[in-house]
Amino acid sequence: MTEAMAVSILMTVIGAATPLLLAALGELVAEKSGVLNLGIEGMMLVGAVTGFAVTSSTGMHLLGLLAAMAAAVGASMIFGVLTISLASNQVATGLALTIFGIGLSSMIGESFVGLTIAPLGPVFPAALAEDPLLRLVFGHSILVYVSLVMTAAVAWFLTRSRGGLILRAVGENDHSAHSIGYSVTTVRYAAVAFGGAMAGLAGCYYSMVQTPMWADELTAGRGWIALALVVFSAWRPWRLLAGAYLFGAVMTFELHAKAAGLNIVPPEFLAALPYLATILVLALISSRRSVGSAAPACLGQPFRPST
Amino acid sequence: MTDASADRLELRNVTKAFPGVLANDRVSFRVRPGELHALLGENGAGKSTLVKMIYGVQHPDDGEIVVDGTPVRIASPRAARAMGIGMVFQHFSLFEPMTVLENIALGLDERLSASALEGRIRAVLARYGLSLDPHRTVSTLSVGERQRIEIVRALLLEPRLLIMDEPTSVLTPQEVAQLFETLRALAAGGCSVLYISHKLHEIRVLCDAATIMRGGKVVGTCVPAQETPRSMAEMMIGGSLKDVRKAAAKGFGPEKLVVDRLTLAGGGDFDVALRDVSFSVRAGEILGIAGVAGNGQNELMLALSGETPVANAGAVRLDGAPVGTLPIARRRRRGLAAVPEERNGHAAVPGFTLAENAVLTARYRKGMVRHGVILGAVARGYAEEVIARFGVRATGPQAMAGALSGGNLQKFIMGREVLQVPEVLVVSQPTWGVDAGAAAAIHQALVDLAARGSAIVVVSQDLDELLAISDSLAVINEGRLSPKRSVGEISRDEIGLLMGGVHGEHAGGENAAEREAERA
Amino acid sequence: MLELERRKVPSRTMIWLAPVLAVLATMVVGGLVFSALGYDGFAAVRAIFIDPLITLRKWQDLGLKAAPLVMIATGLAIGFRANVWNIGAEGQYVVGGLAGTGVALATWEMTGWWILPLMCIAGALAGMAWAGIPALLRTRFNVNEILSSLMLTYVAVQLLYYMVNGPWKDPDGFNFPQTRIFTDAQMLPYLSGIGYLNVPLALVISLVVWFLMARTMLGFQIRVVGAAPMAARYGGFSQRRTIWLALLAGGGLAGLAGLFEAAGPFGQMVPAFPTGYGFTAIIVAFLGRLHPLGILAAGIILAVTYVGGEASQSSLGLPSAATGVFQSMMLFFLLAADVLVGWRLRLRRRVTE
Repeated sequence: MTEAMAVSILMTVIGAATPLLLAALGELVAEKSGVLNLGIEGMMLVGAVTGFAVTSSTGMHLLGLLAAMAAAVGASMIFGVLTISLASNQVATGLALTIFGIGLSSMIGESFVGLTIAPLGPVFPAALAEDPLLRLVFGHSILVYVSLVMTAAVAWFLTRSRGGLILRAVGENDHSAHSIGYSVTTVRYAAVAFGGAMAGLAGCYYSMVQTPMWADELTAGRGWIALALVVFSAWRPWRLLAGAYLFGAVMTFELHAKAAGLNIVPPEFLAALPYLATILVLALISSRRSVGSAAPACLGQPFRPST
Repeated sequence: MTDASADRLELRNVTKAFPGVLANDRVSFRVRPGELHALLGENGAGKSTLVKMIYGVQHPDDGEIVVDGTPVRIASPRAARAMGIGMVFQHFSLFEPMTVLENIALGLDERLSASALEGRIRAVLARYGLSLDPHRTVSTLSVGERQRIEIVRALLLEPRLLIMDEPTSVLTPQEVAQLFETLRALAAGGCSVLYISHKLHEIRVLCDAATIMRGGKVVGTCVPAQETPRSMAEMMIGGSLKDVRKAAAKGFGPEKLVVDRLTLAGGGDFDVALRDVSFSVRAGEILGIAGVAGNGQNELMLALSGETPVANAGAVRLDGAPVGTLPIARRRRRGLAAVPEERNGHAAVPGFTLAENAVLTARYRKGMVRHGVILGAVARGYAEEVIARFGVRATGPQAMAGALSGGNLQKFIMGREVLQVPEVLVVSQPTWGVDAGAAAAIHQALVDLAARGSAIVVVSQDLDELLAISDSLAVINEGRLSPKRSVGEISRDEIGLLMGGVHGEHAGGENAAEREAERA
Repeated sequence: MLELERRKVPSRTMIWLAPVLAVLATMVVGGLVFSALGYDGFAAVRAIFIDPLITLRKWQDLGLKAAPLVMIATGLAIGFRANVWNIGAEGQYVVGGLAGTGVALATWEMTGWWILPLMCIAGALAGMAWAGIPALLRTRFNVNEILSSLMLTYVAVQLLYYMVNGPWKDPDGFNFPQTRIFTDAQMLPYLSGIGYLNVPLALVISLVVWFLMARTMLGFQIRVVGAAPMAARYGGFSQRRTIWLALLAGGGLAGLAGLFEAAGPFGQMVPAFPTGYGFTAIIVAFLGRLHPLGILAAGIILAVTYVGGEASQSSLGLPSAATGVFQSMMLFFLLAADVLVGWRLRLRRRVTE
């Protein structure tokens, strides 16, 4: 294998891992505050279609990214109002958000089918990334760097900052946090909105970087894999990074095997591989008792201050 | 009108209503600076609502709260803390996977670096002679240590009024003594303490003054040292205390339930399970098991009831037959009934009707199922019988369990088991959070059931309850059960020592010495 | 100000009023939203929610859509009642159809009354097996069934693509990715004026499940485990067995529904077989309050939106995804209205000082 080929494979791994990492980081923060949002897939699709539509209409990628985040935050707020203010069942509400996101994105996307936009390219000047090895460092779109910086930021926030301490407290014991005087509602809204923004960015990765055109359900269940990654990481950001890159590698294997015309296994099996891998990893991880106890104690529980 | 001699706290006609209940009705009283003031009342008397308003968690509908002579509006716990009001909750507001330091930081409004905070914590610990490691994770701490976190958190604010809500319900007598020393030291320094409890002995020992509440109203004040526990209790319940009627002492029948060297591995961070627990209960006997919460009572209950069968069949024997490995349903068919401590969601399903809750445990012994189909009429009939015989206040068998008051639901649950006339009944905390009337009825039902020849085990943290109804007593501590003693021949002090893990001559000094060695 | 105040007991009235409110709110808000998007919003609401109901000749279409929805949702609701979140019914539906297809292809050119029942058994068993995987993973390895059942849906769809592109491809099918067309012995009987046999069967199944859930120990066990796991253990009900039961029931019914579609409207296996019934059934289950008879009504409502949605694509130019948007809006409004079951809205004067 040549150096160039190895680099190209690694580039694909990074590309496959980045949206997973972005979406999962947002979900990790939401879950740390005690909210289980199963609507990642829906928020990603809303973000993806908004990013594509705005970029396509204005030609400005940055505007597309911002609009995508705003739209996904909006979608997350539907979920927030229902689960946080109205104490609805988080599982059902998250599922509804996913179904809604699929329908809404496909409806908005209908008029954009067949159009293409200029893909969101690398941030750094191409000259910096001519050497294959330097390309690994400098050859990525802004979203890759954002995902890495956000991993560090979320890790710092959760373990080192007072805000993170409060967020964890709310997720561990909402009634205690409330009785001490913290607003469980405010913290959870903020965490859910953050989850929405990150899912919006993750969605854009598919519609603006990977395939700069619109197709229905182009996230293809990746939002669910992001959800599984949060469990895999035992709610730790750096482990999440590792998990995302591991899955990126699995998906890359699928792509390269297809491209290489590998005929030993049918392509459908390769397409099913990431999902099978997710199940396998979940089985390996979940059977260890420490993982169950790593979950925030209030995860998925609706909160109502007792009177 | 602030002046040095003003009361630390004064309530003037404070009123708070919830839908359907007047929780506090024109409550007025005063607390002097440096006073240890008891707020006394039964569950549901309105004490908790009142202190939540003083701490800013809730807000009065009417009336005034006056702090140091100034009428104030306490908008939030934060505002309360800013006024020098600290509170230690009955249910700790702690975060299990976090360290002591993080827990305390969360309760402070000022932002301090971790090292500065640690310094202040160590200073407070030193001043009051308390021990606590700031870097330990809460989940690894004992109940007493957890309470100390709450106290340190409150003391760091240098409060001028400290509210303690039922602080001793989870402590050993030794821990209680230490707590009282801390509180006296605080009061000597000028801090007032508002001490909420229904434990009359403690209030007599500790408090300078007491305000007694019933049904949301202040019904009296007294100087506890000048009262007897009985006189205070009568003020609290608004009537004279009824003693449990016990049949004249008679001999006990054969051994019904035998527990033989029952040992269970512990789960979780804390390794409290059961070590070599052995005892037997005879027909007609009520055995009380005393102990501080978290010393293996839950595991013992689950192992006896069969909710979690044990590996060794012979460890639990019913009428001589080994049943240790049998699941709960099979044990129940053989006449072993159990009532766990938690009513809502364990002993009963709040969202189900009383008839459905009857099906939950009485389906076999009362023939409520045929070919897998539930006979609704039989279930409703049995629920109706329980309601009538136990004086349960409910609209009927179709009432939701969750709609009943705690006392009424507990009466229903006890009735459901007692009317099946089990050979053996195992109950945990039969009168936890229940009003005095219901408690008396439940005690009477247990005594009557024993008189009919059933063997009964009562696990309770309420020593008064155990002394009132038991024939014999054993104490559980760190998963070990002391030898059973007749109630007549064991003193409160002895029980207290056993609860704290100090065994008398009978248990052997070597155990205590061994434990000392472990600690060192 | 408006305040929420906890009811001591959930309101029975609200339990059944909430879905009605949700449907009405969806019609009003949906109309407004679609008007804002530049469509004729209220004509759309009429076309999607009313027209299919008042047009007699559309009733057969309603049955066609409602039957699989009701069957799948009835199975899912058993699980949801037990707090078992099987959201992979779509996959179980697909493998059910696949297994039935397998039997059909194996009995190609055979005749006999036994073929169709065998296909039904194969479909139900395959759905149960597919749902058994999350059950095993949950009870043995503590894997969350939400994720595992959903992941298996993607796997099932790939399995379908593989089968119709490879081993099962119709040899006389001009290389189209589809199987042979089933023979008469392999097709569900068609009852004129009603539709395929699965329409009356769905009705029967929902009545049977209603009886099981309301009157038998089996249903009691499922409800207790879902409502209060500790009380279930105390009552002597095994959580593990309940998880298995719930997933097998959901998978079996979804698998059977899949077989009915394959041996009914499709008449063969094609890549377009996964139609999203498995996901829409989740909405049906909730809208029907997880109650078999409520699900019957909810299944018809959702079928109305499908039929109306299709019609309005041509008549009003609504995008095909509009149906899904309306359907998910309905679930949103239901979840919002549900707050009124446990809570009461109360006007409250703020205490002033």
